[in-house]
Amino acid sequence: MSRKTRTGDPILDALPVAGNGLLDRRALLKLATMGSVAGLAAGRARTAFADPVGADQPEWLLAPGLPTEEYGQPSHFELERVRRQVVLRPSGGQTIPVLSFTPHDLLHGTHTPSGLHFEINHHGIPDIDPKRHALVIHGMVERPLKLDLERLDRYPTVTHDYFVECAGNSFSLWDDEPLKATLARTHGLLSGSEWTGVPLAVLLDEAGVQPGAKWIVAEGADSGSLSRSVPIEKALDDSLIALYQNGERIRPGQGYPMRFFNPGFEGNTNVKWVRSLRVTDRPAMTRFETSRYTDLMPDGKALQFTLEMEVKSVITRPSNSMKLKEPGYYEIAGLAWTGAGRIRRVEVSADTGRTWGDALLQEPVLPKMTTRFRMPWRWDGGPAILQSRATDETGRVQPTRQALIAARGRAPRQGRYHFNGIHSWGVLPGGEIRHVYA
Amino acid sequence: MSTRRLVVALACLGVASVATGERPERAPGLGLPASNEDVARVFWSIFPDGENLPPGSGTAAEGGILFQLHCQACHGPEGAGSPADRLVGGQGTLGTEEPVKTIGSYWPYATTVFNYIRRAMPYTAPMSLSNDEYYALTAYLLKINEIIPSNQIIDAETLPKVVMPNEEGFVISYPARPARYDYRKDQ
Repeated sequence: MSRKTRTGDPILDALPVAGNGLLDRRALLKLATMGSVAGLAAGRARTAFADPVGADQPEWLLAPGLPTEEYGQPSHFELERVRRQVVLRPSGGQTIPVLSFTPHDLLHGTHTPSGLHFEINHHGIPDIDPKRHALVIHGMVERPLKLDLERLDRYPTVTHDYFVECAGNSFSLWDDEPLKATLARTHGLLSGSEWTGVPLAVLLDEAGVQPGAKWIVAEGADSGSLSRSVPIEKALDDSLIALYQNGERIRPGQGYPMRFFNPGFEGNTNVKWVRSLRVTDRPAMTRFETSRYTDLMPDGKALQFTLEMEVKSVITRPSNSMKLKEPGYYEIAGLAWTGAGRIRRVEVSADTGRTWGDALLQEPVLPKMTTRFRMPWRWDGGPAILQSRATDETGRVQPTRQALIAARGRAPRQGRYHFNGIHSWGVLPGGEIRHVYA
Repeated sequence: MSTRRLVVALACLGVASVATGERPERAPGLGLPASNEDVARVFWSIFPDGENLPPGSGTAAEGGILFQLHCQACHGPEGAGSPADRLVGGQGTLGTEEPVKTIGSYWPYATTVFNYIRRAMPYTAPMSLSNDEYYALTAYLLKINEIIPSNQIIDAETLPKVVMPNEEGFVISYPARPARYDYRKDQ
């Protein structure tokens, strides 16, 4: 492709960095610094208004609007922007929604709205009265402690942005055929939020951890008392007793009134509705760390306590719910994350991985948080395969789906955890977007 | 402020304790002392060596009747599964293309079975049976997986001694980073 005459327009002037229309990400930076001077001039054209002067205005300008709400809601024009639900029917025709997927194809940013944060509730959502709930810290400690919400709220708190990803996120990508469904179904068991709470290290310091302590066994106050064992190094490093999400009290589906939060670890270690923390010298080997959330390998052995979520990314736009209406400029954007710390790099390919260009990472790039990436792209109207590939600060690179399956084997029917392979969107000549394997 | 720095800052408020090795009250010191009763109410976990197992006992024969009453509607006759998890069989399938994970083929510890069903089952009425009944149901689940004979009494003494077929099937991966995939070749 030959260098064009400079027009002054960052997109028109942008140079290709990889095949099939990918442009230099610096075009986005130039765009961001341009003023809106050109736009102001356009509004001055004279219009012959009839009487009354607002006759050509939409109705929402011609009468006072609605009163404010106690709790604001999204526009009713956006009612489809809700979580995708999966229901189970245990018996007797009763249906229990147990999985809610974040619709990343309809969102754009780095934080997930609280009401759209994914949820998996193995035993439903308990309706907990905070006055009758307390966290008990016990076991190998000098002083067993009991802390209710009112007391916990007086402790020093910290605020951090963290992703939560279910170990089973992208489970359908182990299947032999690509799922003909939304991005929510393939990557919606991931969300990013601001979490505020008390560092667990502060509470453990007050309790006085005894020598030889190695694990913390957490139990929730749901009807299954969901329980996980977490290494004490983690608890002393960055674990929280989280009390707030995105500035408001954690919602019931996220663990109200308190949640054991372990940044970067697989989702269900973040025990919701936590009421018991037992400091021990060994794990309890609960159901959810033995029969579930273990990684069965092709040799029949299972890896256990594979807690850190791995480097991963996915393109969220364009994606299944969009159609490219005409050739021309589009922004490719997506999310990248790693439980190991920060995302260092995201590359994008539009030609089935033959060539790659660096995407622009939205600053600040925070550890153990979703990072938004963007890539300018000029679609020529032809077929394209769009992929993203993340690298984290430890140097781990997101593998291809083929390489992952070669190492881990075909999908076992149960327990299809920790898929972090590269995801592919196929752009059809008509502009439709399909999930494909490439 | 990082968690560590916060802890350091708080520790400085109780400087004397660091210097002398005593354990005076730490700041903020708002936790109430938890009594044994407080702990017993919230601590349900049972460990593979039997720690925290309650008194009581049961046999598979007793458990079979309870299973029909409380479990079969979801787990099928004799734990054959559907709509909820299959509970029996699958031994020898873990290294194949179609692994079948059940209590008998996959679960490494018998205490986990008791621990889980005692806190979480029956699904619509958890914690509604007695310790004797949960021991009996555990015995039944072990018996239909041909792990114990039908007349064996299961209690706090015998349950931790039960050796599950897949006890050696797990590799604890912590504190190493997950080794499901060899990233070195891509770097």
